[in-house]
Amino acid sequence: MDHVDKKIVNEIQANFPLVSRPYAKVAEKLGLSEEEVIERVKRLKEKGYIRRIGANFNSDKLGFASTLCGAKVPPEKIEHFVKVVNQYKGVTHNYQRRDPYNIWFTFIAPTMEDIEQALEEIKKETGVEEIYNFPAVKIFKVNVKFKL
Amino acid sequence: MQLTGLEKRIIHELQKDLPVEKSPFATIAAKLGIREEELITHIKRFVDAGIIRRFGATIYHHRSGFEANVMVAWKVPENKLDEIGGKMANFSEVTHCYARITYPNWPYNLYTMIHGRNKEECLEVVRRISEATGIKIYRLLFTENTFKRTSPEYF
Repeated sequence: MDHVDKKIVNEIQANFPLVSRPYAKVAEKLGLSEEEVIERVKRLKEKGYIRRIGANFNSDKLGFASTLCGAKVPPEKIEHFVKVVNQYKGVTHNYQRRDPYNIWFTFIAPTMEDIEQALEEIKKETGVEEIYNFPAVKIFKVNVKFKL
Repeated sequence: MQLTGLEKRIIHELQKDLPVEKSPFATIAAKLGIREEELITHIKRFVDAGIIRRFGATIYHHRSGFEANVMVAWKVPENKLDEIGGKMANFSEVTHCYARITYPNWPYNLYTMIHGRNKEECLEVVRRISEATGIKIYRLLFTENTFKRTSPEYF
């Protein structure tokens, strides 16, 4: 990424223009042409710097339940456990972390009962007993913007 | 929040990936059978209502210079949770800060996601946060593998 790419990414992470020609607006602000901005954004997506452009919703406000789950999974069971967990559409992130509680995933579903039920199914299917459900009681910050 | 059928259809489109072209909103509006201006008005209303938290690009941070990250679970006195949660959220390296429920053998009640260029940078931030807040009991959960990272599909 050169410095122009970084400027574009900083701009469209935070202030993606909600107008008919968003890239023309970005171009104007950065002193570039609309075509150049579009070409660069396409390239940044192809090269895997940009994952997606779109809306990030507040799941609470849409009436959905969300949570973070942490599980203690024996090394030999990790592969199967992850496969089972990732089959759920509501599991959006799943990471292995360096801790005895080693598998951490986020879960979004219409209700918390749906999530609890899924966790029971996962326990049954995988034999992993220790899966904790850690719903949030307060959100202090969600800011997935990176100044490049 | 009671959403109309049209609103759900709009959300269905906006949770996907916007096409990279001159008039992406016109393309989506055509798909929905509404006018472009109508779609943009809906999006702005969602932003104002906080239904859309952020509209824009999501980057792969590990490919963009932020190669290390650590989730830290902190044990904070319950009566100080608001104060300390606010303090931790003020660190620019902290992207997420949530208070969560605890269990008898898991007493950590505040979680921060910290991003840095490398592991040392992350640890330095943890040290600064611990110093600034006086919280000494915490658990470092470094990311070892990413098994899934997608955007939610609501409707």
